[in-house]
Amino acid sequence: MAKTAIDRSKMQVSDEIAIQITGMNKWYGSFHVLRDINMTVNKGERIVICGPSGSGKSTLIRCINRLEEHQQGQIIVDGTELTSDLKNIDKVRSEVGMVFQHFNLFPHLTILENCTLAPIWVRKTPKAEAEETAMHFLRKVKIPEQAHKYPGQLSGGQQQRVAIARSLCMKPRIMLFDEPTSALDPEMIKEVLDTMISLAEEGMTMLCVTHEMGFAQAVANRVIFMDQGQIVEQNEPREFFNNPQSDRTKLFLSQILGH
Amino acid sequence: MSDTNFVRTEMLPPVAPPVSQRGLVRWLRENLFSGPLNTILSLLAVAALYYLIKASLPWWLNGVWTASSLRECRDIVAANAGPDATGACWAVIRERWHQFLFGFYLPELWWRPMLCFALLFVALAPVLYSDSRRNVALLIGVVTALLALCLLLLDTVVLHLVVSVGVMLALLAVAWTAPRKLLWVTLLYPFFAVWLLWGGSVWGPITTLLGVGVMAIAYRLVAPSLGVVMGSSIGFVAACLWWLFAQGPLLAAVAPALPFDLQPVTSDKFGGFLLAFVIGVSSISISLPLGILLALGRRSDMLLIKTLSVGFIEFVRGVPLITMLFTASLLLQYFLPPRTNFDLILRVVILVTLFSAAYNAEVVRGGLAALPRGQYEAADALGLDYWQAQRLIIMPQALKISIPGIVSTFIGLFKDTTLVSFVGLNDPLKGITQIVRADINWKGIYWEPYIFVGAIFFLACFGMSRYSMYLEQKLKTDHR
Repeated sequence: MAKTAIDRSKMQVSDEIAIQITGMNKWYGSFHVLRDINMTVNKGERIVICGPSGSGKSTLIRCINRLEEHQQGQIIVDGTELTSDLKNIDKVRSEVGMVFQHFNLFPHLTILENCTLAPIWVRKTPKAEAEETAMHFLRKVKIPEQAHKYPGQLSGGQQQRVAIARSLCMKPRIMLFDEPTSALDPEMIKEVLDTMISLAEEGMTMLCVTHEMGFAQAVANRVIFMDQGQIVEQNEPREFFNNPQSDRTKLFLSQILGH
Repeated sequence: MSDTNFVRTEMLPPVAPPVSQRGLVRWLRENLFSGPLNTILSLLAVAALYYLIKASLPWWLNGVWTASSLRECRDIVAANAGPDATGACWAVIRERWHQFLFGFYLPELWWRPMLCFALLFVALAPVLYSDSRRNVALLIGVVTALLALCLLLLDTVVLHLVVSVGVMLALLAVAWTAPRKLLWVTLLYPFFAVWLLWGGSVWGPITTLLGVGVMAIAYRLVAPSLGVVMGSSIGFVAACLWWLFAQGPLLAAVAPALPFDLQPVTSDKFGGFLLAFVIGVSSISISLPLGILLALGRRSDMLLIKTLSVGFIEFVRGVPLITMLFTASLLLQYFLPPRTNFDLILRVVILVTLFSAAYNAEVVRGGLAALPRGQYEAADALGLDYWQAQRLIIMPQALKISIPGIVSTFIGLFKDTTLVSFVGLNDPLKGITQIVRADINWKGIYWEPYIFVGAIFFLACFGMSRYSMYLEQKLKTDHR
């Protein structure tokens, strides 16, 4: 990844806690996917979660906005505990933005409608105001000219940037990224990563499941390595990449950085 | 220079395909004469068409339009085209068309079903063409002109003619100035149509409509605190209570005080395409929302709702429609309180609706299953609640996928309305045709009534099919 100068002036971690996960376990049927996860995320942190496929990293961040239900332990997001209470779930979901591997834009709506839908129906924002906000964020991800097209007319990288803008329109406090560049052509990965970097520069709290180690080194303040449903190692990026402690981490890093 | 090294210095421009790959020649070669077998089949098909047309053409060309009996028809054909010639006897349609269209509806009241039919298009227009004011106005304009023409040809009383055309023109004006207001016509149409067709006091539909108002008020009161499902259920119960207990007394009190009546028409006077359309249109419009709810119920996580939906769908789909119709005409009486006067057409409509709702539910479920999980997750992740996600994200896409299946169900349902002849209603195909053929003048006539009825059914079904293709094209946004 081409190194661009990153403005770190606003990338500050505060003492305030954004997400607190304690003793969390999750099973799919009898399969134990997440095992005793304990983790605290402060406001302004940029965390990259990596690990081999099937290690539970996606499941972990999907638990944070309850796309997946956890069976044991506690998840508190921005002061709200996630239980089966639908009101809490909707509250958390409207505060937490999520970007998916396959974009999941709504194909029957235009780009602009994709971005204004949730603000209008969930936040009850007036349409004109929602459209203004949407255009603001579409300019930010550098595709305002596509506002009246449909998702199917855009390239993968553009769609993913729309997906980011769509999440931002809800003015979330936390952003979750679930392998946002894994479904993209190499030429488009950079445009999405640039968008994510600019988001980090503004001090957004971000949790990002990704294999883009360049991004992790440039932006993250913490890298978490998961295997077999548990957190194996976490460290600040320089130490994590230069001086991994566990054998499992060393093996993983040698495999993805090997060539 | 090694073989593996290659550098393109110039990009190639696109060139037109060779002549043999273009135009009519290519089409014929590809589609009709692509091989010996296909060539033989093409020639056989042409030959079959030739003999079919050769055999039936004289029958169509020698058609007789003016005669008072089948014998007279045959005499005219024999006189015109020789003793052995065949010829169609369309005179029967000319004489009895009104029975095919209206059944035994009184001639002086024909303007009512006709106005009703015209208003059907006004009610449908804003739904069918939600984004094109021009199409809506054009449709209503054409229907108004046709209505005026038909009413004139039928020597309708001037008052009725003026009222009907006046109403249509007023609605045309609304369609042009404020097309979205037409949706109110769509909502009120069922009540108005029932009043127009069956007659009686105008307070009947108004007090029924008040029940809907009661439902809305109850929903408004309950929904904010107890949620959408409880709100709808309590609203529905409140409306039923209104219809059962409050409407009757209110009607008895108001109707004599402010009498504004249309001459009542009983259900046994309904027949022909009037009956087919009453049953078809009402069942179609109720069965789709019901089918959607059943499909959602079947996919629900709530065990009770899921079980009930699955049970209903499987039961109804497992039973022939005729069984349901017999239930409507015979069995239902046993379960209702004695002396309940529960209209046969209404009973048939209810059961036909339930029948096609089960089919629609499965079609819609197919559409729901075809949606990627990511759509649900994205809706959830944005904080939309269940009903918002269904209404804004899931249903628009699932229904779009299901359009061909839904329209097939609708077409099937519309044609199945002819089965009501089994419970003694005069459907156009069997009921009316039998009556016409029982007439001593037309005894022995065979093809003509069936062709006439079939042609009208074909027009209606073909129209639905073409509209669904237009809709699919319009909603196509994936561009893939």
